[in-house]
Amino acid sequence: MATIDIAGIRKVYPGNVTAIHGLDLSIDDGELVVLVGPSGCGKSTLLRMIAGLETITDGTVSIGGDVVNRKEPAERDIAMVFQNYALYPHMSVRGNLEYGLKNRGTPRAEIDARVTEAARILEIEPFLERKPRQLSGGQRQRVAMGRAIVRHPKAFLFDEPLSNLDAKLRGQMRIEIKRLQRNLKTTSVYVTHDQLEAMTLADRLVVMNAGRIEQVGKPVELYEQPASLFVAGFIGSPPMNIFDVSKLRELPGVTLPASLPQSADVVGARPDAILLEKPQGEAIALKGTVELIEPVGGESHVYARLAGSDQIVILVIQGRTRLAEAEEIAFYLPEAALHPFERESGRRVG
Amino acid sequence: MQTKRTIFSNKGLPYALLFPQLAITAIFFLWPAGQALWQSFLRQDAFGFRTSFVGFSNFLDLFTSPQYLNSLSVTAVFATSVAALSMSVSLLLAVAADRMIRTRNAYTTFLVWPYAVAPAVAGILWWFMFNPSIGVFSYVLDMLNYNWNHTLSRTDAMLLVIFASTWKQISYNFLFFLAGLQSIPASLSEAAAIDGARPVKRFFTIVFPLLSPTTFFLMVVNITYAMFDTFGIIHATTSGGPAQATNILVYKVFNDGFIGLNLGSSAAQSVILMAIVISLTVIQFRYIERRVEY
Repeated sequence: MATIDIAGIRKVYPGNVTAIHGLDLSIDDGELVVLVGPSGCGKSTLLRMIAGLETITDGTVSIGGDVVNRKEPAERDIAMVFQNYALYPHMSVRGNLEYGLKNRGTPRAEIDARVTEAARILEIEPFLERKPRQLSGGQRQRVAMGRAIVRHPKAFLFDEPLSNLDAKLRGQMRIEIKRLQRNLKTTSVYVTHDQLEAMTLADRLVVMNAGRIEQVGKPVELYEQPASLFVAGFIGSPPMNIFDVSKLRELPGVTLPASLPQSADVVGARPDAILLEKPQGEAIALKGTVELIEPVGGESHVYARLAGSDQIVILVIQGRTRLAEAEEIAFYLPEAALHPFERESGRRVG
Repeated sequence: MQTKRTIFSNKGLPYALLFPQLAITAIFFLWPAGQALWQSFLRQDAFGFRTSFVGFSNFLDLFTSPQYLNSLSVTAVFATSVAALSMSVSLLLAVAADRMIRTRNAYTTFLVWPYAVAPAVAGILWWFMFNPSIGVFSYVLDMLNYNWNHTLSRTDAMLLVIFASTWKQISYNFLFFLAGLQSIPASLSEAAAIDGARPVKRFFTIVFPLLSPTTFFLMVVNITYAMFDTFGIIHATTSGGPAQATNILVYKVFNDGFIGLNLGSSAAQSVILMAIVISLTVIQFRYIERRVEY
């Protein structure tokens, strides 16, 4: 139970490679914060600095109000779940769970009680005496979680814990992690590059890019009001359509809404906000040719080539579509669904 | 393991392909080994005029001979010391080099050099450094009031051959230990660090147990090395002396056979050595199949 405060943190690797450029973040007690971004954006480095596995070049990390910059990982009272689980292969599952408690000199009776409790919560009692290599991927994942929860740490740190699992198991474990974290109310930092995982797990989402924070907020806020072009492109699947304003102006018969800010030179629209029928109120009317239709089940993804341009626009249509490939269509971007950005800075305008 | 079966259209081809390897094994291993085995049951006079079959008496003589029993215990002391010393020193060096990031390759290159030195040369090198009259180490020891003399002292002679043999083997062990260390995922050590284990504890509870296949392999290789490949070192430095203090089994085989011309006993001794090395190899192959999985 603790807050985590990160103030002006920087990481410079030897050879003057800056991985993280001065970054601030406060994590509330009991909150689940997800760090998301493409590989190499510094999210894992940030997590490892919180854990104490990576030195801090500048700035401070505080856990529960104490600055922990100079503390060993062991003294920070945190637990970490690694991408490859990092289970000790020569110890049984029980040995793996006990190791951290033994190192801290926990009395035998308490160790047994805690291991039993953790095994019950994670339903790993039947294989407590087995070695990690005798377990399946999902079971190993549970043991790795068990090793974190037996210690009753101040915070959980997750480093892409689900990326080694298959899609079905990943979905299951995602729900379990969320439920577990809700029940235990332990402050958690979760790193992933999977935006779906990030959206579904996070109390608050931190989108990182090239060592900087792009935006922090509730997942829905980030989806509805992306603060930058990067966030707009990263959050949401299929990704947001991005249009060049000057190119739109050149298209015959296209008028842009007057409400569009003057400084906006790029405008985005979510694939599910694009309509095939003219809506009430102002909208940008475009024409195109259907190139490809992907029926995904409950919805269909339509890839259309914009008339007078070689840009592909993605539309998400609920249910089954009557559209056919090579069909000429008209579609509308409602004024309210437009996300205006400035290309130079990449920031949202208006 | 999956077995693959290849079908040859020509019946003779597989035998032709196997022939070179089989010929080498037969000519350079099976034939001399058979000769040694046969010879171990014979007794010959020193000039080779008369040969008689004596059954197991060569072997019986050996196990009642104080010289042979001495050689057995000398070999045991020598082999365990060399294996233990060279493995612990090289593990220490490997752990140190593993912590380095940019200088690791330089260290590795330098540490491998002794392996290229011929055993006899390595022996002479150490013999010079410890030479009672001109050696630099014996000079230093003299200042510490220790009168080093491997030509007189049994202990000094044993230490000299142990040092020389250990030094030469460190490179080999170092390479294997370094490779072993690098194959252990860093996240295991990190997990242990978060689990509250300090570096020394981390090493003994996580890293060392995971190195056990490498350690076991090296133990067998080192014992075999100390028992056989150190002949050159012994021959160039102590020649088994003083007073049989460094007369290890393989040196005694040579000495009794080629110097003493007692071919029957020498053959019997090499048969015993052969049995030892075969059993070591069997143990090693048995164990190597059970590897630790990360």
